[in-house]
Amino acid sequence: MNAESLEGEDRPGHTGYNYAYLDEQTKRMLRRALLKAVAIPGYQVPFASREMPMPYGWGTGGVQVTASIIGPSDVLKVIDQGADDTTNAVSIRKFFANTAQVTTTTSSERATIIQTRHRVPETALSDGQILVYQVPIPEPLRWLEARESETRKMHALREYGVMHVSLYEDIAHHGRIAKSYDYPVLVEDAYIMRPSPIPKFDNPKLDNCPALQLFGAGRERRVYALPPYTRVVSLDFEDHPFDVETWEESCAICGAQDSFLDEVVTDDKGGRMHVCSDTEYCNKRLAAQGRQEATA
Amino acid sequence: MYVAVKGGERAIENAHKLLAEARRGDPEVPELSLPQIEQQLSLAVDRVMTEGSLHDRELAALALKQARGDMIEAIFLVRAYRTTLPRFGASEPLDTDNMAIRRRVSATYKDLPGGQILGPTFDYTHRLLDFALAEDGVHPEARVADDPLPQSMPRVTGLLDAEGLIESSEVDDSRPVADVTREAESFPADRDARLQALARGDEGFLLAMGYSTQRGFGNTHPFAGEIRMGEVAVEFIPEELGFAIEIGEITVTECEMLNQFKGSDTHAPKFTRGYGLAFGQCERKAMSMALVDRALRARELGEASGAPAQDEEFVLYHSDNVQATGFSEHLKLPHYVDFQSELSILRNLRRDHDTKAARKEAAE
Repeated sequence: MNAESLEGEDRPGHTGYNYAYLDEQTKRMLRRALLKAVAIPGYQVPFASREMPMPYGWGTGGVQVTASIIGPSDVLKVIDQGADDTTNAVSIRKFFANTAQVTTTTSSERATIIQTRHRVPETALSDGQILVYQVPIPEPLRWLEARESETRKMHALREYGVMHVSLYEDIAHHGRIAKSYDYPVLVEDAYIMRPSPIPKFDNPKLDNCPALQLFGAGRERRVYALPPYTRVVSLDFEDHPFDVETWEESCAICGAQDSFLDEVVTDDKGGRMHVCSDTEYCNKRLAAQGRQEATA
Repeated sequence: MYVAVKGGERAIENAHKLLAEARRGDPEVPELSLPQIEQQLSLAVDRVMTEGSLHDRELAALALKQARGDMIEAIFLVRAYRTTLPRFGASEPLDTDNMAIRRRVSATYKDLPGGQILGPTFDYTHRLLDFALAEDGVHPEARVADDPLPQSMPRVTGLLDAEGLIESSEVDDSRPVADVTREAESFPADRDARLQALARGDEGFLLAMGYSTQRGFGNTHPFAGEIRMGEVAVEFIPEELGFAIEIGEITVTECEMLNQFKGSDTHAPKFTRGYGLAFGQCERKAMSMALVDRALRARELGEASGAPAQDEEFVLYHSDNVQATGFSEHLKLPHYVDFQSELSILRNLRRDHDTKAARKEAAE
């Protein structure tokens, strides 16, 4: 699917619902929570999550955050697994085209708001942009302590020993930290935060990012944020420094060697090809190559 | 091929059309009307209203029709509608003492003032399929009693209270009642928030939790003190009037469990209460709710034993079926990227493992 076909989708405007679905009081409540989140980077702020017309787990947190900050002049991009054309991204983009009458785009550069599930775009973000993450489980300590009443105390006391022990246990058992996505980060030397289930490949993009990053967890009723240019460090050890996934292959479509690659099974005989997970990045590179060829 | 993997917009649209067609079924068969659902599937309507936290029989019937009879989907539809409605305020507490009773039973006294009123219940039916119902045109009629029921009936808990055998129900009017749909949950939860969460909790989940307490996982020694079902008036105080006016009448089922309490250093032995309330006739739900409400008071009463039904965070975080179904079912959404990361780690771990094994072999 190319960029043009997604632009200006039919948007008749839903009658009977407020602009961007949520009522203004709810949006104000959300924005208050978001302001608090921005003021305390990495801290999980409870908020009164609403039922949305899509199921929990489909991005209700991200959708509520976007609904509370979006305005008619915004340009919205929605991705899932890095792609603009995955079913859920299509559905959420349509939701806002209908309820908020905004222009939608697949371009990471043109977008003022990018809502994402499981990826950070390969294209570097810039000042004034907002990246909204859909978060399933906001609590980084959840697998180590099931109780919210306990984990809130642990954050308050910065009692993060268990997390380091768990990473160390990985090294002791496997010789390396075996976390591949939702890899925990330390925000401004204060709170440990879950970056949402992005591959650890994307973790470095969170650090010192010029864009505002907002995280919404609808079912768990939490928002948190990374204001622009926040220091975000992936947890590691001196002798086991953090590293990201690498591929021997390059993208079969655009030839990129620097992007996160999805493995696509091509037959039942072990055939594989690797393609960019970020479809816009891939298309953009392809278009640039086409232009080069045309001028050559 | 690549595009097929990523799905697409047209596929979604076509799926929606197919869904609409499947919902309607064979067009030769007459379409269900909302009054039919409301009247003849009334217990389904009651459950959708209860767990959807919205009292509107017509909307609940519409939700059931749209959801093809899927309870949780219908509840979800109602919730997503409810959340957009403006909030005027909280009604006055329902006065269930003055319920226009259609059913009222107690398991603790053979007879009591007002009597046992069985009402429309499955309790004593034989569960034999009634093949006569397969045919149209059955118009059963029940005879109206000669004398109407008394205007109000004393409660079993009231009778015990008069003797001081039961804890008094504490009323705290000092602060506004919680609204779990407008605040994030916090723990320990206050009882008002807890009862609200239980009232909209999944019937099946609460049933299993309540049942587990009866099988020894946090026994509360319950008696069904009283179950009553009937119509109650809903009163509301509009700010501009300053006094209560009746805004309507709803059917509710209320259950008060009586539970043993052996006493502690500071409290004399007495009966304690578990409370359940549901819209319409949701008796199983009201009873389960009352069992779980009481089980969740374990810590307060100093009897916590670590049973699942006594664990507030466990019960309240997992009782909401709209949340649960969303998150469990979201696993069918694409996870290509995370899976790719896992593949990559797994291959590395396997390579490390093989190298280590080879080295070990070489050393031997």
